[in-house]
Amino acid sequence: MSDASREQALRLAMMRRANAWRAAAARAQRLGAGRAVDLADAMQAVDDYRNLAHDLSAARRLMPTSRAREYLESAYSMAHATLHRSASHPLAALRTLFRDEIPRTVYGMRWQILWVTVLFVSAAVAGYALIAAHPDVIGLFASPDMIARVERGELWTEGLLNIAPSSVLSARIFTNNIVVSLTSFCVGILFGLGTFYMVGLNGLMLGAVFAFTAQHGLAGRLFQFVVAHGCVEISVLCLSGAAGAAVGEALIRPGESSRAQAFQAASLKAAKLLALCVALLVGCGLIEGYVSPNPDFPLWTRIVVGLGYWTLMLALLRGWLFART
Amino acid sequence: MTGGELIIDSATGVDVRLRVAGPGGRAYAFLIDWHIRVILAVGWYAAAAMIYNGRFSLRTPDGMDSSWLGAVVAPPICIYLLYHVVLEPLMRGRSPGKRFARIRIVTRSGGRAPGAALLVRNIFRLIDSLPLFYTIGFVMTLITQRRQRIGDYAAGTLLVYETLAATDPAAVDDTTASSEAAEIASELLQRWERLRPQARRELAWQLLARQRRSGAPTAEVLPASADDGALRVAVEHLLHGARS
Repeated sequence: MSDASREQALRLAMMRRANAWRAAAARAQRLGAGRAVDLADAMQAVDDYRNLAHDLSAARRLMPTSRAREYLESAYSMAHATLHRSASHPLAALRTLFRDEIPRTVYGMRWQILWVTVLFVSAAVAGYALIAAHPDVIGLFASPDMIARVERGELWTEGLLNIAPSSVLSARIFTNNIVVSLTSFCVGILFGLGTFYMVGLNGLMLGAVFAFTAQHGLAGRLFQFVVAHGCVEISVLCLSGAAGAAVGEALIRPGESSRAQAFQAASLKAAKLLALCVALLVGCGLIEGYVSPNPDFPLWTRIVVGLGYWTLMLALLRGWLFART
Repeated sequence: MTGGELIIDSATGVDVRLRVAGPGGRAYAFLIDWHIRVILAVGWYAAAAMIYNGRFSLRTPDGMDSSWLGAVVAPPICIYLLYHVVLEPLMRGRSPGKRFARIRIVTRSGGRAPGAALLVRNIFRLIDSLPLFYTIGFVMTLITQRRQRIGDYAAGTLLVYETLAATDPAAVDDTTASSEAAEIASELLQRWERLRPQARRELAWQLLARQRRSGAPTAEVLPASADDGALRVAVEHLLHGARS
């Protein structure tokens, strides 16, 4: 009996198992979608995996260019993915995220958060000092319309509700803030420089605008407008900046891992924090649309809202709301 | 990872090989997705605007109006911006376009990408889409070994082909004969002359008995007195069963 004849016989014997492969692929697909008929069905998937491995090994040797081998490769990879995927418990995962993962991430990024906050505050002070000393350069930070209104003794935020309803304002504001926040994270890929630039620029603008309004006796009214939403909004900018700085640091100092691995680890860690940042910014947008421009809210209410929301943010960041029993 | 394949070690000793999707497959899926979300967004806007106006008109209201924003403007923006963010986790690393192009997102170990990875992958679209039409992302998929854009690097993901339906093997007879038995028969026949007569007889009897137990139609019933030649023919018949 020749080798060719024997191999041909083996190929034919293997092809007789095509229906078993189809059944295995269908089972893997069904289990992959989380639909097991019963325990025996799930256990059968383990046998399928072993049998597919055996047949694939033979197919790679006997008929490497055949459609059957391609089919087996796909069925085998599907069975592999099905057997190796972790169980999905969305509620438990959410609880773990808020109780353990976010606090751990925040703790791990504490130095980045500190330094980014220092950068923001320093930039704000620098912006304030710059405009206090040279009021004529305010054109670098504010639009001509804003400058004209402040010089007339009114804030650009006044009468906002006459221009657009609160819902429109809120949506526009939180969309813009989310884009700024995510961008300041993403540009961390430029070895952190992009993030520093964005955080620094935002700090400079805030300080400059406060200095300019102070020169026209409007700083108190600006504070009144900002305090309800600003505490969390600025904190979130610092948090997403810290996430971007962590990505930049991972690229500069990857440690034992490769740069790609360090970049991936830093990004995935930051993603958990960013999800919370996005949710917090939606809340900020709602406050900025409904509370901040509404003159009916007195200062103490705004301070309570601002501090209350900031405390909620802190509780979420530290995992206090989902403490272990 | 070699060439266009992602190779993953497995407990069975047989590695899993996944074909990595290149710029062509990715662009194809993206274009399908882009058309779907544009059609859905524009369709929603047109339908909602006409319902809002109460006639066949897309005219926007003179002033800003909450109900116009909430019912007409916001949903299309959400459809366009959140399409990938929402659908990829729901469809387990696929989107309608990816499903059409038969590709899916997997981790570097070939597993399903977790939610955090899919989120990061989508956040980095902000960079990959710069300066226009995903230029950075496209160039990255051209120059990187694993055909990854920056978002994939950040998330530790890549796109692979899933070709199951396209390569369904030809229908063949359904029998219970196993390829394993055929392999053993092949091995036995190959060594037949080198084995001692008693050893090869024992092996042949064991193989035939095993096939009979499994109820395979190719397993012949031989008399106990069957000689060496008859046993060899029976084993050959077992191996060639598919032909007969």
